[in-house]
Amino acid sequence: MKEIYKKSNILTDAITHYCPGCGHGIIHNLVCEVVEELGIMEKTIAIAPVGCAVLAYDYWKFDTTEAAHGRPLAVATGIKRARPELIVFTYQGDGDLAAIGTAETVHAANRGENVTVIFVNNGVYGMTGGQMAPTTLLSQKTATCINGRNAKRDGYPLKVSEMLAVLDGVCYIERTSVHNPGAVIKTKKAIKKAFQNQIEKKGFSMVEVISQCPTYWGLSPVEAVEKIEKDIIKKVPLGVIKDV
Amino acid sequence: MIKVKIDSEKCKGCNLCLMYCPKGLIKESKILNKRGICPVEFDSSKGACIGCRFCALMCPESAIEIIDE
Repeated sequence: MKEIYKKSNILTDAITHYCPGCGHGIIHNLVCEVVEELGIMEKTIAIAPVGCAVLAYDYWKFDTTEAAHGRPLAVATGIKRARPELIVFTYQGDGDLAAIGTAETVHAANRGENVTVIFVNNGVYGMTGGQMAPTTLLSQKTATCINGRNAKRDGYPLKVSEMLAVLDGVCYIERTSVHNPGAVIKTKKAIKKAFQNQIEKKGFSMVEVISQCPTYWGLSPVEAVEKIEKDIIKKVPLGVIKDV
Repeated sequence: MIKVKIDSEKCKGCNLCLMYCPKGLIKESKILNKRGICPVEFDSSKGACIGCRFCALMCPESAIEIIDE
């Protein structure tokens, strides 16, 4: 009997608290697979955000700590500077990284901290009830913009990856998604590269993963991944944004 | 023969595996699991699994294992 596919050993057997079809579960497994392949489980420390992924420590076997809302990169800076031999990564959503944590994110990137960031962007505040996030796309409907985001009233979606790419401290930024099997494989490659950059002490690396939130997009999981394919990736194109 | 093993207690019935199976070998089960969700099940009556891993890659619950017997 030959095994063709099995989930990562670093992922626990717990049933996740995520809604059906949520992209977090796919990305959790990818992170674990990469950590397993690089053989860095014993020296990896993750920093979980406040948001849907707040309970990520229940699903990963490596050490995980929790930061105040938006502050994982400040905590990551401390851990990495105190113990530079450790591999430190933050796992953050858009409400965490791009809204309340913008200052920490921008300055950690600008200082060129040698950490890895997994930025899960679904354009909505999932944990608190589906409110508009800074990354909500124009005309996208949420609980606090029921007729769709209007640029005049709500401003424009924040392009975090493009914004950070202009900073000198940043070494690698790629935008990927998890809406089909090909995209999942590309995301894994990007996450692996972001971890490798940290092992090679290259500096700040971030992977922005466009993820589906079927519950607060008001769609079924199948419709949500179709929306990413037909609509979202045309507005926020995937690909490498910076690679030095 | 390649077999897809689905943990029906972990499955939340999102149907992303069913959507991407190129051979259409995954279908919705009619039996509820302990949490009252209709999970998916592997049905090899329509053909042979080619072991492409698409279902497992798309599973948010990591509930799918593929083995070659």
